[in-house]
Amino acid sequence: MTTDALAAAASGQSIDLPTPAFDEYRPPSAALVGDCVHCGFCLPSCPTYVLWGEEMDSPRGRIDLMKQGLEGDPLTDSMVGHFDACLGCMACVTACPSGVQYDRLIETTRAQVERRHQRTRRDKALRGAIFALFPYPRRLRALRGPLRGWQRIGGDRLLRRTGLLERIAPSLAAMERLAPRLGKAERLPERTAAIGTRRATVGMLTGCVQREFFPAVNAATVRVLAAEGCDVVVPAKQGCCGALSVHNGREPEALRFARALIDSFENAGVEWVVVNAAGCGSTMKEYAELLRDDPAYAVRAVAFATKVRDVSEILVELGPVATRHPLPITAAYHDACHLAHAQGVRAQPRALLNGIPGLQLREIADPAICCGSAGIYNVLFPEPARELGDRKAANVLATGAELLVTANPGCLMQVAASVERAGETIALAHTVEVLDASIQGRPVASLTGGGTSS
Amino acid sequence: MSSTHGTTKTAGAVVGPSAPERSGPTGDSPQVRAVRRRVQELLPAKTVITDHARLRTYECDGLAHYRVTPALAVLADSVDDVATTVRICAEERVPFVARGSGTGLSGGALPRADGVLIVMSRMRAIREVSAEDQRAVVEPGVINLDVTKAAAAHGYYYAPDPSSQQICSIGGNVAENSGGAHCLKYGFTSNHVTGAEFVAPDGSVVELGGRALDAPGYDLLGTVIGSEGTLGIATAVTVRLTRTPEHVVTVLAGFPSTDDAGAATSAIIGAGIVPAAIEMMDALAIEAAEAAVHCNYPEGAGAVLVVELDGPEVEVRQEFDQVERLCRDNGAFAFRVANDDVERALIWRGRKSAFAAVGRISPDYIVQDGVIPRTSLPKVLRAIAELSASSAVRVANVFHAGDGNLHPLVLFDDSEEGQGEAAEEISGKILDLCIEAGGSITGEHGVGMDKSAYMPRMFSDADLDTMQMVRCAFDPNNISNPGKIFPTPRLCGEVPGRHKGEHPLAKSGIAEIF
Ligand SMILES: Cc1cc2nc3c(=O)[nH]c(=O)nc-3n(C[C@H](O)[C@H](O)[C@H](O)COP(=O)(O)OP(=O)(O)OC[C@H]3O[C@@H](n4cnc5c(N)ncnc54)[C@H](O)[C@@H]3O)c2cc1C
Ligand code: SF4
Ligand code: SF4
Repeated sequence: MTTDALAAAASGQSIDLPTPAFDEYRPPSAALVGDCVHCGFCLPSCPTYVLWGEEMDSPRGRIDLMKQGLEGDPLTDSMVGHFDACLGCMACVTACPSGVQYDRLIETTRAQVERRHQRTRRDKALRGAIFALFPYPRRLRALRGPLRGWQRIGGDRLLRRTGLLERIAPSLAAMERLAPRLGKAERLPERTAAIGTRRATVGMLTGCVQREFFPAVNAATVRVLAAEGCDVVVPAKQGCCGALSVHNGREPEALRFARALIDSFENAGVEWVVVNAAGCGSTMKEYAELLRDDPAYAVRAVAFATKVRDVSEILVELGPVATRHPLPITAAYHDACHLAHAQGVRAQPRALLNGIPGLQLREIADPAICCGSAGIYNVLFPEPARELGDRKAANVLATGAELLVTANPGCLMQVAASVERAGETIALAHTVEVLDASIQGRPVASLTGGGTSS
Repeated sequence: MSSTHGTTKTAGAVVGPSAPERSGPTGDSPQVRAVRRRVQELLPAKTVITDHARLRTYECDGLAHYRVTPALAVLADSVDDVATTVRICAEERVPFVARGSGTGLSGGALPRADGVLIVMSRMRAIREVSAEDQRAVVEPGVINLDVTKAAAAHGYYYAPDPSSQQICSIGGNVAENSGGAHCLKYGFTSNHVTGAEFVAPDGSVVELGGRALDAPGYDLLGTVIGSEGTLGIATAVTVRLTRTPEHVVTVLAGFPSTDDAGAATSAIIGAGIVPAAIEMMDALAIEAAEAAVHCNYPEGAGAVLVVELDGPEVEVRQEFDQVERLCRDNGAFAFRVANDDVERALIWRGRKSAFAAVGRISPDYIVQDGVIPRTSLPKVLRAIAELSASSAVRVANVFHAGDGNLHPLVLFDDSEEGQGEAAEEISGKILDLCIEAGGSITGEHGVGMDKSAYMPRMFSDADLDTMQMVRCAFDPNNISNPGKIFPTPRLCGEVPGRHKGEHPLAKSGIAEIF
């Protein structure tokens, strides 16, 4: 019995047993919760534990909260607050020697929270606005002319009243600042032929934020893949992969996106589906799990998921054929959580960068700790996100590197904003942009001068 | 899956106020309410945790078997927060329990349903690193490995290295006098702490020791180190830093059996070599580590030894040759050398993740901790193997071979009827083996809640009474982590016969007059 119930009993009220936190439909697995031996090894790599030093904002504590829920405790505001505060960075999964699948646990927990927890109006509105915007490339595009964009969302009275604009605005502003000069994004051809002997036929995901704000990354990906002997297919009708929705427990929406994406690639005749945004790749690799209860899609999802590769994985798997021209530059590589922790891809990007003559790779201290971007986390929780960003920026700047390389648009924006706050500058690039510059024989200045640099 | 030391049947089943239980009415006594009200008045809201769901995340430490929800938790940010809370507890006679990172394996940080949990994990500032003096002053919540990270740039490190060093706190290390693989050469926490700022159980703040290695007067610091939070709370610790060795070589040797590996260990130490570490793992422990971290230990090994040599390069080279010869003489069929930090980390990874990794090969397990004279190693290991064979309970062995500090991991599946009890029985019998061999019931994990019931097997009543007198000198009201270490709670300073009526606690059988 909880203390609340006890208090109710003491005051003579009838005892309403609280509604248990989780219902029968996909609750967090008790067996997975039971895998945690409470050793605490995951704590130091958890960004919220690093910030606040309290148990309930650590992986071990969150698993305890799930356990409470499974034991019948109610889904209290405090519990939800600690689940919400999780960045979903999966550093704890990497750190855990017992193999606890926290990724599965938090995903199922979040879906339950979204279904069963009554959020405050403000929180609901903010989340609603985010999900009406970010997963939709066309809507993002509408915002590219900044002022015009602001006015458009600003016109929504609710947005204004709840101060949502101020919350979303900084992220959009950061994207806007980082995005290359406004202008028409280059349209990628639906099919690009391999240069030289064809070694594979790959499909490419264009993504949402990537496509609208960093089209150069997509263009570079196509060029590099082609140079390495791939026919590159870019299905025109592709939408969001559903990553943001999955990571925030919006299951029905996620399922819709996943089914549509499978449809887009299924008949494209590709051996691999290549992704250049870490968050998207990790979600697409898990489609099998996501769609396992959908009779029409379960089998197709398995087939799709096994084809998904991060661009750095496929390039290393294929091995280099295109000549690398020297790029004399010092570069710091930042592990995006959804690449390093969620997909275990750490060695490949480093191998690719190390394969560029003249490029000197520097490691960033505390590489396992999230930069605070974490999908839409920096919109929902600007303060901790900012603190984590500042820590990351300090570690990045301490490397003294001229160029920061990473594989996720969110990380790029987050770290760039933090570096700016520190009053410093550093050039930014996606791993494939660096490779592209080297393969095309472009000078270092093409990376440090224009493009995505801040 | 859970890792446990034992259940209420074999250890720690202390009746009375210390018995593990879910928070019940005792959590709401007038005294506890008074403490709650008073700390809420004096400390910031974010410091005082009263929410039930939050409190429940503090129910247990690394020994998840015992769970008690504290009445209240204080997440201290400063010595003042700690002193204020302890003073109020003292005035209201409400027990308090300190907690560091909650990795303890003996239930030392198990909360009290009728008490306050004082959590030190936010006090994690490294106040000073003074390489010239070889000292660092750190707050108690600082993570062990972070001291080394802070000192590394100056060419120093913090020597005690429990396998949990990536997360356990210095305060917890002091309370448990923690050791680690390198304690063979460098000693335990007590050899590396020279001073502490300490909140006594009446709420007063005192300085113990100082920066010098041996402060004049009684060694109160020495008393406090290893006292498992029963004498008060450390709020700052002055530690000794050790010069990073000029040269380090780590070797991994594979042996057909633990007997061979044990013989090699004895031979190495017998030859006058003091390695920085000699660690042993048996086949089952290797299997677990492989499953968890793919450490790639020699295939088919019945046991591996991890031997680390450090010091001046010439010396290390010479010792290395000897170690290689002694290992091969004693049957080593594989001998691998790590020459750089990356290779070294790979060898250590298997060993350091071993406890938690056992979860990969067994749904439940008990981490046991016992000490035996090194020379009894083969005999005791064989006895453990016999126990295991006769009971069909699997036992994996990981240990600090150089010190004779065993960590048998007793595997079981709690969902199978009777397995838990069988595992506990074996676990208890292993401790008996240690005592018979002239050893001890704990090497480094402490007595805590879990092993208090074993204390009488090692100590006479007179021994225990003497320890209690020390405790009473510090904590006459018995409010600092009561119910830990000692099998029977005692009341201090009360001589039988002086009272007319019996003390209510004594009468109810909860405590003895002492
Ligand atoms: C996987 C694993 C491996 C381990 N390996 C080792 C090992 O190799 N060697 C070893 O010695 N131990 C080992 N341990 C046990 C444990 O890590 C140590 O006992 C450690 O010192 C506990 O530190 P903590 O911060 O987690 O303390 P906690 O568990 O929080 O507390 C431990 C005890 O210290 C007291 N305490 C905590 N902070 C203070 C303070 N500031 N002042 C006074 N008392 C305090 C508590 O009341 C409690 O009694 C291991 C544990 C795990 C889970
Ligand atoms: S996913 Fe990241 S933020 Fe969430 S509990 Fe794990 S380490 Fe912490
Ligand atoms: S590291 Fe794994 S087993 Fe240990 S506390 Fe974290 S989740 Fe649990």
